[in-house]
Amino acid sequence: MQLILPMLVQGAQMALVVLLAPLLTGLVRKLKARLTRRRGAPVTQPWRDILKLLQKEAVVADSASWLYRAAPYLIFAATWVAAALVPTFATHLQFSWTADLIAIVALLGSARFFLALAGMDVGTAFGGLGASREMMFATLAEPAMLLITFALALIAGSTQLSTIAAVMAGPAVGLRVSLGMALVALIIVALAENGRIPVDNPATHLELTMVHEAMVLEYSGRHLAMIELAASLKLLLYLSLIACVFVPWGLAAPGQGLAAHLAGLLAYLGKIAVGAVALALFETAIAKMRVFRVPDFLGIALMLGLLGTLLLFVSARL
Amino acid sequence: MTRFAPHSAAQVRQAPLPGQPVSPAEWAAAGQALAAGRLTLLGLWGEPQAVRLALLDASRHRIGLLRLEAGETFPSIARLHPPAQRLERKIADLFGLAATDSPDPRPWLDHGHWPHRHPLGHPQPPAAAAAPYAFLPSEGESLHQVPVGPVHAGIIEPGHFRFTAQGETVVRLEERLGYTHKGIEGLLLGAPLARGAALAGRSSGDSAVAYQWAFAQAAEAALGLAPPPRALHLRAIAAEMERLANHLGDIGAICNDAAFAMMLAQCAVLRESCLRATATAFGHRFGRDLIAPGGTTRDLAPEGAAALRAATAEIAARLPRLIALYDGTASLQDRTVGTGRLAPELAHQFGAGGFVGRASGRDFDTRRDLPYAPYDRLSFRVPLRQDGDVNARIWIRFAEAEQSLALLAELLDTLPEGPIAAPLPALEAPREGLGLTEGFRGDILVHLTLAPDGSIARGHFRDPSWFQWPLLEAVIEGNIIADFPLCNKSFNCSYSGHDL
Repeated sequence: MQLILPMLVQGAQMALVVLLAPLLTGLVRKLKARLTRRRGAPVTQPWRDILKLLQKEAVVADSASWLYRAAPYLIFAATWVAAALVPTFATHLQFSWTADLIAIVALLGSARFFLALAGMDVGTAFGGLGASREMMFATLAEPAMLLITFALALIAGSTQLSTIAAVMAGPAVGLRVSLGMALVALIIVALAENGRIPVDNPATHLELTMVHEAMVLEYSGRHLAMIELAASLKLLLYLSLIACVFVPWGLAAPGQGLAAHLAGLLAYLGKIAVGAVALALFETAIAKMRVFRVPDFLGIALMLGLLGTLLLFVSARL
Repeated sequence: MTRFAPHSAAQVRQAPLPGQPVSPAEWAAAGQALAAGRLTLLGLWGEPQAVRLALLDASRHRIGLLRLEAGETFPSIARLHPPAQRLERKIADLFGLAATDSPDPRPWLDHGHWPHRHPLGHPQPPAAAAAPYAFLPSEGESLHQVPVGPVHAGIIEPGHFRFTAQGETVVRLEERLGYTHKGIEGLLLGAPLARGAALAGRSSGDSAVAYQWAFAQAAEAALGLAPPPRALHLRAIAAEMERLANHLGDIGAICNDAAFAMMLAQCAVLRESCLRATATAFGHRFGRDLIAPGGTTRDLAPEGAAALRAATAEIAARLPRLIALYDGTASLQDRTVGTGRLAPELAHQFGAGGFVGRASGRDFDTRRDLPYAPYDRLSFRVPLRQDGDVNARIWIRFAEAEQSLALLAELLDTLPEGPIAAPLPALEAPREGLGLTEGFRGDILVHLTLAPDGSIARGHFRDPSWFQWPLLEAVIEGNIIADFPLCNKSFNCSYSGHDL
């Protein structure tokens, strides 16, 4: 039982995130459509698109190398593993003892690395343009993410998400300035990493303004399905991460029964839905920024992460 | 410049206007007057054995039309006055008349896929192997090219944009157009007037009313015919509805390019109510085939006036809120203010019409400065700004939409009774006429030569985009690639009207 339950929870978690991720994307799109007086596609549309793409022929450029074909699977695998590490409805995940928050950052970094390489592989101008922009943003987003990790680790005494979530849910933490800073920084990083407005526009058809879409412009068929699924997973991952660290209530703890797990699941679904509404509202209310403003925007995240970490060195109570 | 632009607007609009024959020396002198800024280029087009130049003296509101006999070559205007460059390349493609000492002898509309070269002059078999188009070179360290189009990721018209960039900063943009060339000038040859009017309405679909009105004006000037007042009023109502719909659509589309979908959603609803009201009133969403030489083909539908009033009332109620939304969204203004600044000198040099010119200090509106009925009796304000950026072009659109609403109210209140068309008189001799209307993009020029049997001997349409596309190249220089869609949408040049 000591081994089987965490394995079961882990398996359920992995299945859950894959099932849920396209639905979250669909929900955000639906909400945005409603906010702009449109009816919008059903919430299940991203799933239908992925299933449709899986059945379609993959058109690959003549100049593409093996990397171009392999990258979608690598990106999906890395993102899926990363998403499996974030406690969603229960803290006692089997994998969480082998990989911590830093490992999640590294996994996402690897996925980005392969995506940028694949974008440049075919040799079109847009792939290179998108890859260069993505890397420019990443040089600021990744250190910001690491600083957030340090701030959290200083409070919780661990970089393991299960432990962080347990500490955050406990009474000892309370309201802290450093936590507030970490939350704002994490939201900024999440917006940038997922290519949401104001950093990138996931719905754009303007090839010259794209970041993420420019890199995957040449992909089709099952390759595109993998990339779309990975992108949805990444959005779910960041929302789950924010939920798990900053609103950890309702998470099922080790040794609790089925009812607690079900309650955890419901709480998790509620948190994700709230996050989707907030994201849709935010994206509808603002315009996209100029490409060269994005480093300033991410710089805020970096500075907040740094300040949060420094404050904790000054006083562990801040 | 009385010598080259002697005619007042009233003269041009009421009577046939034959081209004033000039010598090559006078032709060159006109080019010098253009280069000195004393005259504005309205149009430059070809005939099998001649070239024509339409000139505007903007300060005195006078027009001139020169005609130069040309065997195979004619003195280049573009050598002195760059705005004529693409027009001369087009003349060379269509008629085989080369401009001597032309600064740019490359083909323009002819991409080497036509069945004949010089289809309107002396048709010749195409060259065996078309040489690849030579884009202008850019030299320097770490420059790279980004080719965009003619097939785009969105559903828009085809055009090729060749960016040379250093990192994100655009060093040079070169456009290549002509992908939607339909041979309209060729189709006009020998066509009856009704067919010509239909072609005019299909030259640039979003300006169907303005094109057909300009066509009708040219034909009416050639025939010496005055349409009944009710027809003129109906034309103006349709034209203002067209302007309103297009400006609303543009404002939404520009904001959407900055990922501000809210404005697009709001504007799209209002644009749609404009189009539906136009459909109820005139039987077609874009007012196509409404205007014919002599008057209009259809009267206002019985429920049309009510539909138009309802639509304009809805827009008048919502427009202030849209203006407040635009004005109050800092993240949106951050994108538009200072982006794509067009210098007033360039706007004047190119004679840029519409919001492009008026946002950069060129105070010109055909409706006011070369007045035509019924605008000569209406009062309206022509908005003007000096800053010339994307933001200014949005504000000009807002202001013009407000003016259109006021004009529509006045036009609907004062709509005269009476016939909607006058019968076309017969001709004894060939006649020429010039039509100039203010479309939503700017001044549309139509020149017609009518044969004695009433058919079209020769026709020429000049879209305002001819003088706006080159400015887009100038505007993007020094901006970043990612801001190009915003600049492009704020110009919203016509591909179809340009390629003809």
